[in-house]
Amino acid sequence: MEKAIVTDNEQTIFANEEFQVVAFKLGQEEYAVEILYVQDINRLLNITRIPRSDRHIEGVINLRGNIIPIVNLHTKFNLQASGNDEDKRIIVFQYDELKVGILVDEVSEVLKIKKDEVEPTSKVYGSIEAEHIKGIAKFEGRLLILLDLLKIFE
Amino acid sequence: MKMDMSQYLDIFLEESKEHLGNLNQKLLDLEKNSGDMSALNEIFRAAHTLKGMSSTMGFEDLADLTHHMEDVLVDFKEGVLQVDPISTDAIFKCFDRIQTIIEQIETGGNGEIDNSDLIYILQSIKSGTTNSLNTEMINCEVVDDSVSDVLTENAEPTFQFSDYDLTVLREANTRGFKVLNLRIEVAPDSLMKSVRAFMVFKAIEEDSEIIKSNPSAQELEEGKFDNYFDILIISKTDSQSIIKRLESISEIKVQSLTEIQVESLTVAREPVKTEAASISEADNLVGNKKVGKIKQTVRVDIDRLDSLMNLVGELVMHKGRLEQIGATEKITELNETIEQIDRISGDLQSVVMKVRMVPIEQVFNRFPRMVRDLSKDLNKEIDFLMEGKETELDRTVIDEIGDPLIHLLRNAIDHGIELPSERVKSGKPAKGTLMLRARHEGNNVYIEVEDDGAGINPERIIQKAVDKGLIGEREAEGFSREEAIELLFAPGFSTADQVTDVSGRGVGLDVVKNKIEALNGEINVDSKLGTGTKFKIKLPLTLAIIQALMISVRNEIYAIPLSSVDETTIITEADIKMVQNQEVIMLRGNVLPLYRLGKLLEVPDEAANDDMYVVVVRRADKQIGLVVDSLIGQQEIVIKSLGKLLAGVPGIAGAIVAGDGNVRLILDIATLF
Repeated sequence: MEKAIVTDNEQTIFANEEFQVVAFKLGQEEYAVEILYVQDINRLLNITRIPRSDRHIEGVINLRGNIIPIVNLHTKFNLQASGNDEDKRIIVFQYDELKVGILVDEVSEVLKIKKDEVEPTSKVYGSIEAEHIKGIAKFEGRLLILLDLLKIFE
Repeated sequence: MKMDMSQYLDIFLEESKEHLGNLNQKLLDLEKNSGDMSALNEIFRAAHTLKGMSSTMGFEDLADLTHHMEDVLVDFKEGVLQVDPISTDAIFKCFDRIQTIIEQIETGGNGEIDNSDLIYILQSIKSGTTNSLNTEMINCEVVDDSVSDVLTENAEPTFQFSDYDLTVLREANTRGFKVLNLRIEVAPDSLMKSVRAFMVFKAIEEDSEIIKSNPSAQELEEGKFDNYFDILIISKTDSQSIIKRLESISEIKVQSLTEIQVESLTVAREPVKTEAASISEADNLVGNKKVGKIKQTVRVDIDRLDSLMNLVGELVMHKGRLEQIGATEKITELNETIEQIDRISGDLQSVVMKVRMVPIEQVFNRFPRMVRDLSKDLNKEIDFLMEGKETELDRTVIDEIGDPLIHLLRNAIDHGIELPSERVKSGKPAKGTLMLRARHEGNNVYIEVEDDGAGINPERIIQKAVDKGLIGEREAEGFSREEAIELLFAPGFSTADQVTDVSGRGVGLDVVKNKIEALNGEINVDSKLGTGTKFKIKLPLTLAIIQALMISVRNEIYAIPLSSVDETTIITEADIKMVQNQEVIMLRGNVLPLYRLGKLLEVPDEAANDDMYVVVVRRADKQIGLVVDSLIGQQEIVIKSLGKLLAGVPGIAGAIVAGDGNVRLILDIATLF
């Protein structure tokens, strides 16, 4: 028998169902976001600074004629940057009308994660508040923090 | 079979709104000049189309209301009824109701609204009993029961007879049947009018025969009649027992019963046809006048136009890149081709811009009605004049400009123009004048709202601002007239002594100003105490493509809309003077305050050069000098929005993608300082 669980969007899915995530590094920790929302992964393009904007807004880039704002999660969550500049990437997400990119230190890989291997969280991990996290995913002994980007961009 | 009409809903809504605007406009014309047949014809046609459209779409209540409205309009057209203030008011009310229904449909409703109150009023007008309806009743839309008795008193029997009818009646008469004309009234609040009518028919058919009914039997069956109907019967039974039998049916009353002398009847001359003819004649009249003007049009989704505009924008951008290559490579053939592309893309751009342009008429058309209603409410007499309705503006601007204009007009009517008695006292004509003008000037459109009212009293503004704590008392003493008027636009300011529900709720001109500035526009006030006030709005023709001056500060490049740039000049550090802790230069004898763009935008590093460029920009009526490192040149830019996440960053109006693929920001002079 498969155990049914109810997710946030009130869809019933079966516990051993898999979903794909893009795993990446911010500082020393590994994070992941659902691949459904990922539109593009790019090398660092020329980022134009936006004067007088919030501190965590890195700037804007031109992605095939579209202006995309880039959020710096390092500044937002007080994380140390790590790795080589060569490895740094911009991941662009699209949620309905909202298009936004984040700066990451390294994109590791695309992983398949089972729903029942995601643990809901109420604790605060590092400096990221619990409400910005969907859960902690376990994958072959690695721990990935599943980010709720929509909440972060609000 | 029920067809799926949802795909036509958008078109229906849009066209209905157009017709409604037209109706309001023409009825105003008709109100001014009750003999204006072309206006009446136009109203009739629009109402007729509206009726057809709404019944096709299955909005029965709307169709029904317009049907009754049409009935009254036909009578106006044929001169049966006179256009008087009561009926115009009633028809205006109908327009309002139609608007409500359309809005309800637009927000996903089914358009079902009980219109019996208005229909009742329309019927009273049609039957010529409006003297018992007073304006108040129309306004508060409450139907008085007592009116219904008067309703049909002097109504004539409405039967028309064909040859065949007459033969039947004569035949019946010779056999000793009486021909009776009955007017049956059904209680206005009856829920089952058609059932009542059916019961009447049954009761009569017990011993008599129904020859004719008005409305027709089928219409009665469908309940499509007002609160009464006429029937013509032949019977041997005496009148009293017929009445008694009929009145035993609940909710039924016999209004009148008359015996008709068959000999006196004559054949009517095909009334239906003549009516139809007169309509088509009118159609032709209007049609003929318009033939020269009619152009073929296509309705296009605004999104498609937007994406077309985007593509043209990309094209213009890459053209810019080509020009750069052409300039460095110096190949004659390439440059010739680039020139061609330049010309074509320029044409393409202006065509696309024109496609997006709509006459400001669309916005203006709803104002006469609003002014009329408002001035009536406030007991003011106002002549409302509009100029330049044909002035065209970008669709995006049109959508946004309506509300600010309404605000200004309301202000003018409420606070500006005085009551007739006050006007006469100060030696002005009792009727105030309110002007709304639009005109093109270069790459801008100017809209002016001008009244000949009391004007703005600067002292009162200052007093008010001090009372509200917007400025200090000492500060107030130094205020000039212009500065005082500028206070009008301060948030939380409202001068009306009394708060009316028209204007003066504290949300005021600051909202108007913000909106205009969001459209890259400007607003100025010019007022003379005692003679009137003029609000002048300046708007760019389009928001999508503008001319800009590209400048650089350190290694950052920005675009300044050329519409805010007055001139540029070179200065050296030695030219800068300090006045009250503010850097200034003397520019042709005037003191020009200077702001260093690098500091304003927190650009890292210091400027190295001694030579500096000053871009003189204009904000409202003031000139300000922006110190930049170098001027790059003038360029046509395609404005792109920064998106939701970055909306509202002060000093930044948007972004462009430069020829080299980098993003450059457009400065917003209005919010930069």
